[in-house]
Amino acid sequence: MYGYLVKRVLWIPVLLAVITFLVFVLGVYGPGDPVQLMLGQHANPETVVRLRHELGLDRPLMVQYTGYISKFLQGDLGTSLKYRGQPVSRLIGRCLGVSAPLNAVALGWSIPLGVLLGILAAYKENTPIDRIIVLTVVVGISMPVFAIAPILLYFLAVKVHVLPPGGWDGIFSTKVILPAIVLGIGPLAVMVRQTRAAVLTTISEMYVTTARAKGLLEGRIMFSHILPNALIPVMTIVGLMLGSLVGGAFVTELLFGIPGCGQLALQVFTARDYPMIMAFTILGALAFIVSNLLVDFLYFAIDPRIRRPQ
Amino acid sequence: MNLKEVLRGLGHDRLALFGLTIVVILLVTGIFAPLIAPYGYKDQNLDAAEQPVSREHLLGTDQLGRDIFSRIVWGARTASFVVVVSLALGTPVGIFLGAITGYFGGIVDTIVMRIADILFAFPGMLLIFFLASTLGPRIDQISRSIAALDPLVKGGYIDYIVVVVTLSLIGWAGGARLVRGQFLSIKERDYIDAARCLGASNWRLIFRHILPNAASPIIVSLSMGAGGIILSEAFLSFLGIGIRPPNPSWGAMIFTNYAFWRTRPMLVWIPGLVIGVIILAFNFLGDGLNRALNPFSKRR
Repeated sequence: MYGYLVKRVLWIPVLLAVITFLVFVLGVYGPGDPVQLMLGQHANPETVVRLRHELGLDRPLMVQYTGYISKFLQGDLGTSLKYRGQPVSRLIGRCLGVSAPLNAVALGWSIPLGVLLGILAAYKENTPIDRIIVLTVVVGISMPVFAIAPILLYFLAVKVHVLPPGGWDGIFSTKVILPAIVLGIGPLAVMVRQTRAAVLTTISEMYVTTARAKGLLEGRIMFSHILPNALIPVMTIVGLMLGSLVGGAFVTELLFGIPGCGQLALQVFTARDYPMIMAFTILGALAFIVSNLLVDFLYFAIDPRIRRPQ
Repeated sequence: MNLKEVLRGLGHDRLALFGLTIVVILLVTGIFAPLIAPYGYKDQNLDAAEQPVSREHLLGTDQLGRDIFSRIVWGARTASFVVVVSLALGTPVGIFLGAITGYFGGIVDTIVMRIADILFAFPGMLLIFFLASTLGPRIDQISRSIAALDPLVKGGYIDYIVVVVTLSLIGWAGGARLVRGQFLSIKERDYIDAARCLGASNWRLIFRHILPNAASPIIVSLSMGAGGIILSEAFLSFLGIGIRPPNPSWGAMIFTNYAFWRTRPMLVWIPGLVIGVIILAFNFLGDGLNRALNPFSKRR
C-alpha cells in the first residue's frame, strides 16, 4: 500500500508536466495563430511581427513553454488580454475570494444533511421514507442548475419577497442563500446516494451482527460501529465532487450575477483570452489532482485495513 | 441472458418504462422534427412577438416572435443528434481500446491508461469548456477548407461538429476504463481457458467470448453517458461555446430567455425542465437496465 502511495506521488509531477504542456500548446495555438486572432485578418504585417515578438511567440515552442512554466512556478501567470494589463494572478485571486466562500457555504449545508438523509434512508430501507428519499435524490442529480435556479428564483424572490434575487455581499448577507441552495443540491444528492449505499454494505458485516448479539442499542451500533466504517469510502466522493462543482459554479454565478471565478472564466473563455484560459485550466486541474491525493492520504491515515499489506 | 428476458425485466419496472418512453419520444421528435414542429426554428414573426399560450402557438412565442413549441421540437433534433453522434464516435473507440488494453496489457495498456489519466485529471466541465473554446476556431477553420463539409458549413452546422468532436474526445476514456476492468476479470474465467485450449485465437476470444459477457455494464453506462452528453451540450450552449443561435438548442434558449425570468418565467422553465426530465429519463433507464441485466446481483 505504501508502494501505491509513493507511485501516486511520483506520478503527479509527470502528470502536471504533460497537462501544462498540452494546455499551453492548445491554449496558445489551438484556436489558430494567436496574433492573427488578436489583430484580425487584415492586420499590417509589420504590426504582426512586432506583436509576435512582444508576446514572445517568435521563439521556439519549448523555449516558450519552459519560460511560461518557470514564471508560473514563481507565481507570475502573465497578463490578461481582455482586462488589459491586469495580472492574471490578481484577477484569479480576487474571484477566488468570492467563489471559495460561496462554495464552502454550499458544501457546508449539503454534505452534513446529505450524510444524515443517507443514514435515514439506509436505516429505513425499503420503507416509503427510503423510497421517497431515493427518488428525490435521482431527481436532484438529474436536474441541472439552470432548470432549478430560475424556478426557485421566481417563487422565492418574485412571488414571495423572502430572498433577494441576486448579487453578492459576502457570505453573511441573505444574498448568499439562494445560490448556496442551488449549488448544494447536486452535492446533497450525491452524498445521500453514497452514504446510503455505504451504510447498507456495512450493516451486513459480521462485527455489526456481533454488536447486535451483545445486545447493544441500535443508536450505539449505528454511531459507533457502522458510521465510522461506512463514512470512509464516502469521503473519497468529496474529493471528486470538487470537480463537479466547477460546472455548477459557472452557471450559478452567471444566473445570480455573482462576480466569482465562474463568471470571470466564462468571460475569458468566450473572449479567447488565452493566458487567463490556461491559468484557469491548469489551476483547476492542479486543485483537482491535489484534493484527490489528499483524500487518498486521509483514507490511508484513517483506515488501518488499507495500511496493512495484502 | 436473452433479449426477451431483459425486455420482460424492463416491462415490470415502472421507472425504467418511464425513462424508455421519454427517450423514444426524444428520438422520434428529433427524427421527425420538421413534420412535428408547426414553424421553422428560425421563423421570426415580429407581429406575433411575446404571445401567450394559444392555439396557434402552443407554448407562446419569444421576443422575436419565434414559436417556443417549435424551437423545443427542433432542440430535440439538436440534442438527439449530439447524443447519437458523440456516442457513435466515442464508444467504439473506448470499447476497442479497453478490450485490447485489458486483454493484452503491456506497453499499450500503460500508454492508453496514462492518456485516460490525463483526461481524468481535469474537473470534467472545465476540460469540456477548455477544449470547446480552444479547438472551436481551429475546427471551424479546418471544416471550411474541406470541400466535402461544404453543405455543413453553409448550413451553419460547424457548432455541431465542435460540440460532437469535443464530447467524443473526452467520452472514449470512461468507456475504455470500464471495458478494461471487465476484460481483466473475465479473461481469468475458466471458460476462457477452455476456449483457448480448443484453439481459439486472441481476436476470437476478445470478440466472441469476452466482449459479449462484458456487454451489460457497457449498455448501462451508455444510457447514463447519454444523459451526461445532453447536460454537457446544454452547458456549452448555455455559456455560448456550444450550439449558437439561431440554431435551436435548449441550453441557448435558457440563456437568451433568461433576460425575461421575472416577466415571462415559462420561457426559461420549459427548456430547463425538458433538459432535466430527459437526463432523469436516461438515469431511470440506466438503473432499470442494470436491474434487468443483472437480476441476481444485489444492487443497492
